[in-house]
Amino acid sequence: MQFASLSFILFAAITVLLYYTVPKKRQWWILLAASYLFYFAAGASYLLFILYTTLVTYLTARVLQKHADREDAYVRENRETLSQDARKAYRAMGKKRRFRILICGLILGFGLLAVIKYTAFALSGVNGILRLFTTAELSIPNLLLPLGISFYTFQSMGYLIDVCRKKCRAEQNIAKLALFVSYFPQLIQGPISRFSSLGEQLFVEHCFNGEEFRAGMLRVAWGFFKKLVVADTVAQGVKVLIAESGDFQGIYVFLLILLYSIQIYGDFTGGIDITIGLSRMLGIKLAENFDRPFSSTSTKEYWRRWHITMGSWFTDYVFYPLSVCKPMQKLSKSSRARLGEKLGKRIPVYLATIVTWFLTGLWHGAGWNFIVWGLLNCLVILVSQELTPLYHRFHARFPRLVVSAPWIHWQMIRTFLLMGLIRSLDCYRDVPKTFRLWGSMFTVFNAGELFHGGLTAFGLTVADWAVVLVGVLVIWQVSRIGKDKPFCDRIAKKPILCTALLCMTVFVVLVFGAYGIGYDASQFIYNQF
Amino acid sequence: MKKKIVIILSSVAFVLVTAILLQLAGLLLMPKYMSSLYEGALIREYYDEKNPSHDVIFIGDCEVYEGFTPPTLWEEYGITSYIRGSAQQLAWQSYYLLEDTLRYETPKVVVFNVLALKYGEPQEESYNRMTLDGMKLSMSKVRAIKASMTEGESFASYLFPLLRYHSRWKEIGKEDWSYLFSRDTVSHNGYLMQTEIRGGKSTVQPVPILDTKLPQNAMKYLDKMRDLCAEKGIELILIKAPTNAPVYHWYDEWDAEIVSYAEANGLTYYNFISLEDEIGIDWNTDTYDKGVHLNVYGAEKLTRYFGEILAECHGLADRRSDASLSAVWAEKLIAYYEERNQAKTGGT
Repeated sequence: MQFASLSFILFAAITVLLYYTVPKKRQWWILLAASYLFYFAAGASYLLFILYTTLVTYLTARVLQKHADREDAYVRENRETLSQDARKAYRAMGKKRRFRILICGLILGFGLLAVIKYTAFALSGVNGILRLFTTAELSIPNLLLPLGISFYTFQSMGYLIDVCRKKCRAEQNIAKLALFVSYFPQLIQGPISRFSSLGEQLFVEHCFNGEEFRAGMLRVAWGFFKKLVVADTVAQGVKVLIAESGDFQGIYVFLLILLYSIQIYGDFTGGIDITIGLSRMLGIKLAENFDRPFSSTSTKEYWRRWHITMGSWFTDYVFYPLSVCKPMQKLSKSSRARLGEKLGKRIPVYLATIVTWFLTGLWHGAGWNFIVWGLLNCLVILVSQELTPLYHRFHARFPRLVVSAPWIHWQMIRTFLLMGLIRSLDCYRDVPKTFRLWGSMFTVFNAGELFHGGLTAFGLTVADWAVVLVGVLVIWQVSRIGKDKPFCDRIAKKPILCTALLCMTVFVVLVFGAYGIGYDASQFIYNQF
Repeated sequence: MKKKIVIILSSVAFVLVTAILLQLAGLLLMPKYMSSLYEGALIREYYDEKNPSHDVIFIGDCEVYEGFTPPTLWEEYGITSYIRGSAQQLAWQSYYLLEDTLRYETPKVVVFNVLALKYGEPQEESYNRMTLDGMKLSMSKVRAIKASMTEGESFASYLFPLLRYHSRWKEIGKEDWSYLFSRDTVSHNGYLMQTEIRGGKSTVQPVPILDTKLPQNAMKYLDKMRDLCAEKGIELILIKAPTNAPVYHWYDEWDAEIVSYAEANGLTYYNFISLEDEIGIDWNTDTYDKGVHLNVYGAEKLTRYFGEILAECHGLADRRSDASLSAVWAEKLIAYYEERNQAKTGGT
């Protein structure tokens, strides 16, 4: 069942109706049933995988909780007899024990993801090496990739880490945990939620709130606008530019960078709008995943505003633990001794950054293009960090320039293009080819073609261009208005205006949306991750 | 309280206005078939018939709506008829169109052209649309849609055509505005006139078939047609219209199957391919597309021949003495000859 489909709308409508009809203490049962039905509709065999993840998460968390409770009880009971050092030592021992249990849980949880998602990639890598020495090759299995496995695995493993760190208590009811893992609006493309914020909301009783409901509906409609009117219209052109990249070089690569940026923004933020909007209709507030990312003036800022929940997941569960782990502290010590204080203390941070970005790339997909994508992002961030003193000097020299609107806009455009350029690795899916095509922007001078039919040579008609341009302007304007307070929240306070806008959006989506026969119904891009 | 009522009323008003606008947009964006692809306009025209009551209902595909001319059948034999046919109309579509027709009238004879029995599966979305979009909403239409959908089609888009045709906003033209609320009549009781003469015989040989049996799924609907007609006391006649094109070749094995089916079920079957000489069809002058379909001259010959059979062998009476019927058909004949003569004098 695709998000952008009538069947999903019908399914969601029935779920919402039942949700507010059943006794409030049973509401979460409706969500659980709906989530499993949704997943079942995607593929009956997928259920096995999500059940496995749920079971592993549940058991590991319970064991972790049991140990944590035992530790706490022991310390409490022996508060008077134990010295502070003894308590500390006991706690450290307990932490170590819990860490070992956590590692087992993580191996079991991530193991499934690793086997399913990365076996083919790993084996093709091994075959590449084997080919240097022999003609023998390992056969590559065609494994089924369950829908949203990266999202729910990360969410579940994040929960395990939180339980281990005592940031939240393990859920005792397996059905409740199953809902946390499988909550259908966010199952296939996030946001990646934390148990401390989502868990509680899923299980408490929710009364119908007109304003919240309106805000949610408007957000859902807005999501459909972004996805069907803007992203899927652009997708027709992007698809041709990628498939016929041999014919579309030079200026067309630049055009692809622009169009794919628009597509992925509309697609991903549209999907998240639907997720967050639907959740609000159910009285559940999910974490925001975007904060006007294309207004960022630097790569670092961009990654604070784009796919926020994934970024914070990697920061909290990979980057920070890695930066402060014992081996890294040792490395820090030795590098400071050998390379000096200034350079030496950067080594562990940079190493943790590289590992984090390598994993971020790998999370997006099992392919070299994703790994290179991650590492290039990392490179840009590290280089800009290294150049910070230079920026500071420049800022000091031209204090009025750097706060001027043209300069800020230049920084935004620069960041947008840089991110778009790196993102195009996701389009061509072939690293050397992508580099060649990037090169063509500087060697093939065919910008003039755009004014001689080039703009409509790759599947986008003049009408499509008009839809995209108007759509982008509307998105830009709505995002500007929603800078301080989300647009839907502002409108939801005015019921008549809200209904009028909702009706207008539905009309526009139904007429101008790129859906149905004649269009290649695009799944949300992030569903594949 | 007053504020709440205002909010509710305004919201309802907005929803209603949107629904009306969407309905209007659907009407505007649906293809009208008024300046090309006239086949798409055939099915809906039936509902414009005032007090429909025909002696004969023809059901089938292009071989029917381009092979028989109801005005000729009336003019020469006093038999009233209507053709419920559309392009590549599949067996189940014919069945449901028959079911739909019988909601409005009970003819004495139903004539079904058997060519469509060669298709056991849904074929093309565009043809489905030409057949089904014109049907009035009924359970017959719902069942016809369900039986006809090809992969990727959605049921909802048949009920709300805007979902299918929304992308036509890019190509909307004068025709769409002109025929927003009403359409011209393009057929003569379901007959789509073709006046061009493009004779000739194809030299391409028909491709040998591997499976010589007609698909079970299609035959199932023939059974249903048989049962429905029997239930209503209607005589079902099976025919195979003449054709001279290898692409629509009617294989001997299929013919033998229909012959034995007709025998087993007490039905009459006429294969007009073998009667071409008797009918007087000349493939040099009686076709507009090198033998694939008949033009008006060939259709008139076939109708005259079949009219005689209907009158003599199936007991259909001459009703030309009925003044009210004659008045209705006089108008139809004027329209028929106007178009026919226009073509002769070089009009379109």
